[in-house]
Amino acid sequence: MSTIEKEKSKKKKRTQSPTGPGWTRRSVLKAGAAVGAVTMLTSRKSRAQSLPPIPTQPPDCTPQPTNSPATTPFVSALPIPPVAIPTILFPFPTLAADTANGEAARANHQDWTQFYPFVQYNIEVQPTMHQFDPAIPSTYCWGYNGIYPGPTFLNVYGVPIVVRFHNNLPVDNIGFGDNNHTTHLHNGHTASESDGFAGDYWSPGLFKDHHYPNVYAGFNEFPPIGDPLEAQHTYWYHDHRHSFTATNNYRGLNGMYLIYDDVDTGFEFAGQPPQALRLPGPYGIYDIPLNFTDKLFCSDGQMYATAPDTVPAGDKFIVNGVIQPYFNVQTRKYRFRFLNSGPARIWAFNVVDNNGNPIPMTVVTTDGNLLPSPVEVIQTSTTPTLQALTVYVSQRYDVILDFTNATPGTSWYLINSAAQFVNNAAEPDPAPGVAIGNVVMAFNITGPPPLPDQSQVPAVLTTLPNITAPLANLFATRVWNFNFDVIGTEGDPLNGTGKVFNVNGLTFDPNRPDALIQQGSAETWLIRNRFPGTGWTHPVHIHLEEGRVLDRRNITVNPTTGVITINSQGVPPLEQGRRDVYPILPNDEVLIFLQFRDWFGKYMIHCHNLGHEDALMLTRWDVTTGPSSTVTSPVYSDGTPNTGNGQVNSGAQTNITPAMTNLPPTFNLNPPGSSKLERPGSKGSKKGVKA
Amino acid sequence: MNRRDLLTCHVADKSRPAASLGPGYYSNGEFTTHEGKKVRFYDELIKGKISIINFMYASCDKYCPRSIACLAKVQDLLGDHLGRDMFMYSFTLKPDMDTPEKLAAYAKGNGARKGWYFLTGNEFDLTTIRFKLFRLDDPLLDFSVDVHASMLRIINDNNSHWSSWVLPDPPRLIREAISWVEPTKPFAERVKENAALQKQIDQEAVINGPQWAAYKRSRGWPEVTAKPENPEGVKKLETLLGRKVSGGGSWVRAALDRLGHAPARAES
Repeated sequence: MSTIEKEKSKKKKRTQSPTGPGWTRRSVLKAGAAVGAVTMLTSRKSRAQSLPPIPTQPPDCTPQPTNSPATTPFVSALPIPPVAIPTILFPFPTLAADTANGEAARANHQDWTQFYPFVQYNIEVQPTMHQFDPAIPSTYCWGYNGIYPGPTFLNVYGVPIVVRFHNNLPVDNIGFGDNNHTTHLHNGHTASESDGFAGDYWSPGLFKDHHYPNVYAGFNEFPPIGDPLEAQHTYWYHDHRHSFTATNNYRGLNGMYLIYDDVDTGFEFAGQPPQALRLPGPYGIYDIPLNFTDKLFCSDGQMYATAPDTVPAGDKFIVNGVIQPYFNVQTRKYRFRFLNSGPARIWAFNVVDNNGNPIPMTVVTTDGNLLPSPVEVIQTSTTPTLQALTVYVSQRYDVILDFTNATPGTSWYLINSAAQFVNNAAEPDPAPGVAIGNVVMAFNITGPPPLPDQSQVPAVLTTLPNITAPLANLFATRVWNFNFDVIGTEGDPLNGTGKVFNVNGLTFDPNRPDALIQQGSAETWLIRNRFPGTGWTHPVHIHLEEGRVLDRRNITVNPTTGVITINSQGVPPLEQGRRDVYPILPNDEVLIFLQFRDWFGKYMIHCHNLGHEDALMLTRWDVTTGPSSTVTSPVYSDGTPNTGNGQVNSGAQTNITPAMTNLPPTFNLNPPGSSKLERPGSKGSKKGVKA
Repeated sequence: MNRRDLLTCHVADKSRPAASLGPGYYSNGEFTTHEGKKVRFYDELIKGKISIINFMYASCDKYCPRSIACLAKVQDLLGDHLGRDMFMYSFTLKPDMDTPEKLAAYAKGNGARKGWYFLTGNEFDLTTIRFKLFRLDDPLLDFSVDVHASMLRIINDNNSHWSSWVLPDPPRLIREAISWVEPTKPFAERVKENAALQKQIDQEAVINGPQWAAYKRSRGWPEVTAKPENPEGVKKLETLLGRKVSGGGSWVRAALDRLGHAPARAES
């Protein structure tokens, strides 16, 4: 018997329901209650009633298909991911890891009693079959609760939750993907042990409780649940197991997570408290998540991976798990939550009507954070950055589309102007000047809504937190170089390497923090892409807190003199609000402001192009009691001292510069305008604040 | 016949593990080891084994020395796996220069044990496997030599698991990356490892000391800042916002109050 076969038989024994046939879930629960506790012996089956069965894994397809099977666009309706339903967890969640009952090792939950999670969710991470298109046979996927995309969490600020992630991935997995799993809530304000740190993965058969307190950042200064100006509304959760993030996400491990509060209530009806924005809602009806990805399929319907650890550029546009869907809309406003779930594609979206005329897209949030004012994106815009909605991997944009004046019976189209071949069945182009291969989805206008549209898009959405004081009191500016180049000194046999993806000249080591940051401090970070390989853009993501873009700069090097010039370009309109993903274009650098409040422990800064991330363009930094560190890391990762030679492309270098306070003159720290929310210090509010 | 065989019986080639990508993917060109033995790439190097593959050339003094020194440490970590079920293959990037004799001297100089082979062959076969195993899907990089000096590919042919790591990183990290392609360990063993890891985390927590409560005190934050029934805090927030605080839910507050507030971490 081979090792694998042995594994299989063991797995079979283990995953068989201990209760045996003839037991219903109800009786199991009763029995469990009777004996006082249901231990780890409860099977997946007894934990959840309505989960899809675990399929047998079909063989991965070889050889590589040139392109996916032909599909007809707009035959499938856009699926809306179901809402995650709370449950009661057995064994009961605990402060310390319940390893005796099968919980994966972790540090104690921080602020567990303070934000005690009465609301509990159970998520089974498991294989499943999913049909992406009627013309393509069912595809073997991995999904949260066995569905792709995973269920959508709807939450409210101030109501803490705990989510138990059971790893039911196959122990005998063949081909791409890794059965060790960890989930990151992007970009939840979450304590380190629940953050899904890339090195904290757990293996099949174990579970882990992630504590999501659903608080705003800054809850120590602004009790009890933080600074409401730090609100974020659109999150997503996804697999973050390092070295396999791309393949595990390609298999299907991601979903959305929305948090509402009294400003963004999720409802549009009149008569709500005055601070309510009344954006289109509720979820699933007028508030629609759009999870964009692309895949390459074999003729038997299986996903193809170029090599067992690399995912290819897909030739099928997929929204919420369906290829080129249609969505029936009424003549009124809708809120769409755009999410690029990767693995690597950069989308450039536009909307056109049935005559090919451009339609404005009104952006209200960036990475889930409300913009000070809505920003209009339209093909004919005079601002180059607003001519298309460019969505890098992991970025989110909430977009209002107004169909009020659309003609019933016609269709509008969401197009990706970053053209890409899609193997469609012979289909005519849907609108003049619109190639069918560029169309991501169609909006079919059905008719007037049954009830009048009560939603609104206020001219002022929020006020940004006042950062004047922390900005005047920075610890330093920390530099992060995201490069693809030689580490160390080029050509030095003792200190040189080949070209690799690196951050400040170091690759990922889950046990090595490259920055120690004192809890409660503020820094500006300069993220730079000077050696972009072959012109790669790195969408850099920072865990824990949202940042403010202070400046975007272009670096030019005079080829003869070698003089480096840095040209400030100011802050583009879509980065006026707060962000957590900062795309760094080749030869660009971005200066951002960050605060490190509330939690301790390990967090990350990494490139969110999932391929680059898996090639170790990932770095750990820690929030500690202090003091903050001033070099990248005291030693190079193989133990040699980090001496540093001052080159920009050198790994071993000091990554601290004196705080950069020379902000561009165009930068407006606190954009004027009224707000529904005001904090002291920023006077001039019109409503909501008592004098 | 096992389940996997049933699924893959349409594959004509029965000479490979059912899960393998097979010679059709890996190619099967002929190479010569530093011991002068002729070997087929798939049949004799990949099939049924865990292979750890990198590219180098003997006269490379810019990028390779640290990589090879690192691999020399990795082979020690592999213990008796090396040469039994795990094999290390270092292919030359410059077949014109690297004869088997030259590679033999190089292997000896780097202390290669049995199971670590240095191989040369014809340019076409070498380029083929370079593209099959290390492809970045970018011709500029895929044809570049210095890109390959730092790449390590780890393959288990039995379950088609691949992983990779960067050279020269700490050998323990590379050993870990090799373990990811190995079959998943029995559940009981993983539970034991989990318990050990928990012990380590707890140990670290003790060493790092009482972070939370003490630190709050040191910064002058009231210790029960976020206790919902802290009227001062709530009042402060409501003054700031100019409205009643919503969220949190009064039932949550009431329940919390009943539970009483305990610090999340015990102080040592």
